[in-house]
Amino acid sequence: MNPAYSVILFTTASGAGYGLLAWLGAVGAAHGRASTIAFALTSVLIALALITIGLLSSTLHLGRPERAWKAFSQWRSSWLSREGIAAIVTYPFAIAFAACWSGVIDAPNLITPLGYATAVMCVITVFCTAQIYASLKTIRAWNQKLVPAIYMIFAAASGAVLLSAISTFFQRFATPQYIIAATFIGLAFIAKIYYWNTIDNAPRTHTMGAATGLGDGVRQWEVPHTSTNFIMKEMGYVVARRHAKTLRMGCAALLALSFILMAGCIYAPVVSYLALPVILLAAWVERWLFFAEAEHVVGLFYGKQSA
Amino acid sequence: MTSLPLTTTKKLGLVIDLDTCVGCQACATSCKEWNAQGDSGPLTDTDPYGADASGPWFNRIHGYEVKEQGRDDSRIVNFPRSCLHCEEPACVTVCPTGASYKRAEDGIVLVNPETCIGCKLCSWACPYGAREYDYTQGVMKKCTLCVDRIYNTNLEPEDQVPACVKACPTGARHFGDLGDESSAVSQLVKKRGGYDLLPELEYKPTNKYLPPRARRETKQTHIEALPKSNGSPMEKLFLWADKLLNKGNASVASGEDNSGKLEG
Repeated sequence: MNPAYSVILFTTASGAGYGLLAWLGAVGAAHGRASTIAFALTSVLIALALITIGLLSSTLHLGRPERAWKAFSQWRSSWLSREGIAAIVTYPFAIAFAACWSGVIDAPNLITPLGYATAVMCVITVFCTAQIYASLKTIRAWNQKLVPAIYMIFAAASGAVLLSAISTFFQRFATPQYIIAATFIGLAFIAKIYYWNTIDNAPRTHTMGAATGLGDGVRQWEVPHTSTNFIMKEMGYVVARRHAKTLRMGCAALLALSFILMAGCIYAPVVSYLALPVILLAAWVERWLFFAEAEHVVGLFYGKQSA
Repeated sequence: MTSLPLTTTKKLGLVIDLDTCVGCQACATSCKEWNAQGDSGPLTDTDPYGADASGPWFNRIHGYEVKEQGRDDSRIVNFPRSCLHCEEPACVTVCPTGASYKRAEDGIVLVNPETCIGCKLCSWACPYGAREYDYTQGVMKKCTLCVDRIYNTNLEPEDQVPACVKACPTGARHFGDLGDESSAVSQLVKKRGGYDLLPELEYKPTNKYLPPRARRETKQTHIEALPKSNGSPMEKLFLWADKLLNKGNASVASGEDNSGKLEG
C-alpha cells in the first residue's frame, strides 16, 4: 500500500497524543490534583496539539477536506466514522479533566472520574484508528488481531516517553514513569517482532489462479492500461519491500535504543529528552513499514501470483 | 446509509463469457465514453494526449496466458474486470459519509459524488480493484451498471442495457437479474458453470464469469511440403528472381515473426 505521509503523521502524532493524554488521565485519577498548574496545562496542551495535528493531517489525505464533517455520520458500519466521533468526543473530556486536574476549576471530586473517562476515550479512539486497517480482509498484513494491540502499545509507549520528558522538564522525577515507558517500549519491540514473524509465515491463501478462476498455470500476458493507474499507485507500492529487512532492523534498533535510554532515566532523568526523538522515529518507521509492506489482494489481477 | 440492505428485490449484474471475449476493448471504451458525459462525468484523464495519460476507467481488460496441465501450448484468456456489485460489499460499509451505498431495489452499488470526501478507503476495501479515484474531482468513481441507461425510457428498449453490454461485438457480456433463477442470465450461469471471483473473501459478487470452454482436440493437420525442385531452367529463373526480390526485404527472408511479442 502507498505509505501516504499524511496518514503516517496522523496515526503516529495522534497516537503519541492519545497515549500521553491517557497517561495524564490515569495519573490524575490515581494521584489527584497536579503538582503545578503549569505542568498540568502544558502536558494536556501538548497532547491535544499532537492529536489535533494528527487529525488535521488526516484530512490532507482527503480529496474533499471541506466535507470531512460528513464522516461522523456512518458510525453504524464504518470504523473510520467511529474513529472520527471518538476523536471529537475525547476533546470535551480532556478539557474538563485538564480544568479540574490543574485546579483551574476547583472540583477535586471530578478529577478521578474525568481522568478515567479521558483515558478510556483515548484507548477507544486509538482502537478505532487501528480497526480502520485491521478490518480490511483485502490486506493480509493488516487483517490481524495483533494490529489493534500494536497501535495501542505504540501509543502507550510514545505517550509514556513524552510524559517522562515533560515531567523531567518540570522537575517532577518519578521512577515508575520511566519504568512504565521502558516496559511499553519493550512490549512494542516484542509485539513487532512477533507481528513481522506472523505476516512472513502466514500462508498466502489467495492465488492468481483461484482469483481469476483460470487455474494454476495462469500469468499476466497483457496489462489493462497504457500507463500507471490509480490502483497501481495506491495498492502496488513496492519500494519498501525491497528495503523491508533493513528498515525492520532499524526500527527494532531504535526501539532497543529508546528502551535503554528510558532505563537510563532512572539514573539520569535528562536522558528522557534523548529518548523522545528516538521513540518517535521508531514509531514513524514502524508505521511507514506497516503501510508500505502491506500487499493488497487486487495484485492478483495485476500479475502477482499469490497474496 | 452505508449499512447494507438485508435483501434486494433484484440482483442486477453482468455475466461475462471468458470463452467468447476477444479482448477488443470495445466494452472499456464504450464505458468510458458513456460515463464521461453521464451521471459519472466528467471522467477526466490527466495528460490525455501525452505519454503518461492516466484516469479512471470502470472497466479494464486483462489478458492472461493460461497453461493447462499436460499441454505444451498455452491459450490467451481476455479478462474484463469491473465492479461485481457484491451482496456484501465492504467498500460500502467502510464508507464514513454514506456516499457509498447499495440500492435495495436492484442491488446496484453506487457512489454519491456530492457527499464523497475522497478518503479512498472504499478502494482499499475492494478486492477487485473496481473503484478508481478521480484526482481532478477528488472523489471516488466506479461502475454504475449504467443506472442512467437501464432505466432511461428516453432510449430505445434495446439500448436500455449497460454501455459495455451494448458495445460487445461477440456477445460476451450479458446483463440481467441474477436474483431471478428463471432469468436468461441465471440460466446461462447454470448451464455454463459460471463462477464468482475470490468467493473465499465472502463479498458474494453478483457478477459471474463463464469459464473458457474446454479446447476441442483438433486432428494434427499435415502440411504438405513444397514440391522439390526438378532443376528445370524455368525454375532456376524463378529461384534467382525470388532471391533478388527478397534482398531488399531482409525481415521477410529471415522469417522473423513479431506477432507474439509481449506488450506493456
